[in-house]
Amino acid sequence: MEELISINNLSFGYGESTLHKNINMKFSRGKVSAIMGGSGCGKTTILKLIAGQLQPKSGEIVVDGQVVHDQGREGIYNIRRKMGMLFQHGALFTDLNVFDNVAFPMREHTNLPENMIKDLVLLKLNAVGLRGAQKKMPSELSGGMSRRVALARAIALDPDIIMYDEPFAGLDPISMAVICDLIRSLNDALGATSIIVTHDVAETFSFADYIYFLADGEVAAEGSPKQLLASKLPFVRQFIHSEKDGPVPFHVDAPTYGVDLQL
Amino acid sequence: MNNLLNIIAGLGSSFRSKMIRLGAGTRLFFLIIIYSADSFKRIGLTIREIYFTGVLSLVIIVVSAFFVGMVLGLQGYYTLEKYGSSEAIGVLVALALVRELGPVVTALLFAGRAGTAITAEIGLMKATEQLSAMEVMAVSPIARIIAPRFWAGMISMPILATIFSMVGILGGYFIAVLVIGVDEGAFWSQMQANVDFSNDIVDGAIKSIVFGFACTIIALFEGFDAPPTAEGVSRATTRTVVISSLAVLGLDFILTSFMFV
Ligand SMILES: Nc1ncnc2c1ncn2[C@@H]1O[C@H](COP(=O)(O)OP(=O)(O)OP(=O)(O)O)[C@@H](O)[C@H]1O
Ligand SMILES: [Mg+2]
Repeated sequence: MEELISINNLSFGYGESTLHKNINMKFSRGKVSAIMGGSGCGKTTILKLIAGQLQPKSGEIVVDGQVVHDQGREGIYNIRRKMGMLFQHGALFTDLNVFDNVAFPMREHTNLPENMIKDLVLLKLNAVGLRGAQKKMPSELSGGMSRRVALARAIALDPDIIMYDEPFAGLDPISMAVICDLIRSLNDALGATSIIVTHDVAETFSFADYIYFLADGEVAAEGSPKQLLASKLPFVRQFIHSEKDGPVPFHVDAPTYGVDLQL
Repeated sequence: MNNLLNIIAGLGSSFRSKMIRLGAGTRLFFLIIIYSADSFKRIGLTIREIYFTGVLSLVIIVVSAFFVGMVLGLQGYYTLEKYGSSEAIGVLVALALVRELGPVVTALLFAGRAGTAITAEIGLMKATEQLSAMEVMAVSPIARIIAPRFWAGMISMPILATIFSMVGILGGYFIAVLVIGVDEGAFWSQMQANVDFSNDIVDGAIKSIVFGFACTIIALFEGFDAPPTAEGVSRATTRTVVISSLAVLGLDFILTSFMFV
């Protein structure tokens, strides 16, 4: 199996703190891989590291044979031209309408004539069910609609690598099923490498090829959905069956309640 | 003793952080220059920004200029009349505007009207990850967002200052000639004879270019550097006005002392 992206012995933290310790991950061409883990465990941060927006403290990230953080500006931009990323909060350009948002990467990176861009944009908007909203401004969209527009923008140039940061958050079950199919079919049609960050256990187990669980800054478990369902690891069982008690803490590290209440 | 040390340490650290910001601002300036070629390929963006920073500032500039000109006309007339030289009112109004008030007041208004808008817009774009998203799409936010606003400011500010001076002179004319009744011929001919092109007008233009640079780069830097929160953006916006105003007044003193002394 060919790895398009590999993360080797990565350590990272904001400021002095450490968030990730010695992480190893591989994302193969043509596969949909998922990263799961509790809120705040650093999933979004991993996507930003892959996109070269953050520098690792140690270890390396290799994309298509190139070490991301060793590249100069041009090099990083060349790598990024192969990527599409759906941001957790959409990050639509608020001064452009829906159509222009999706057209943005095409206008920046291709010399396509405007009528062709129009066809392509409408195609992408149709895929996320928002062709009817093309003239709206981002401020006139609901949360779920903005993320679908952002999704259309992320896939505008049919990238080799597509990273989705919580594509299902805020979607109703129907949109969710459609977006699921869309991600799968894009991946298979383009032979792309997809990375999905998500909390949605049922959906992920039904359609991802490979899953990584992050906990305590490490990869706590990994494997295909089948392997993980059979796993005896208490951590994985807790996550899959959404149990409140278990090795994954719901609370952020804190002194005991008594100390905070000054009892 | 310890207190004194703390004060010195505090001063030192605040000086150091200001120097770091100055360095970061300078770095932003060089990045803008490097990416300018890229951004001129999309000249439409710069023209759009000229509309937002320049054209939309016109109303406040024209109205303020007219009032400033009228006040100059009144004050100047009463003072000059005591010495029996009220015909010199045209010179006084024109020189005050072209040398000082045109560039300075325009820059202060520009910082309040356009500078704050630039800072708030860029700060919010950063807070909502629009700049990050652009980076990930391999489009430089400096080329696409920052540089067009920089050139728009550099182009708009001298033009606005010129308009300010012209409208201000009309304001002075309105009061002195039309209301008070100073001789119209004397008003214009004295002005023509005593306002020097290379000394007064060029120096005023240089001032307005320098102020335009200072206001624009400060607004851009504060927005680009703002912490990505509502509070961070609001503080950055305030800082834009405060720092721009102080910079304009300080620079004005320095420039004046070189130009006219
Ligand atoms: N810019 C930043 N500066 C400092 N700390 C940050 C920054 N961004 C994130 N963090 C911290 O890093 C940790 C991981 O953040 P990250 O956004 O990667 O989490 P996540 O796994 O995506 O969580 P969620 O599922 O809630 O989106 C969090 O504890 C957060 O407090
Ligand atoms: Mg996240």
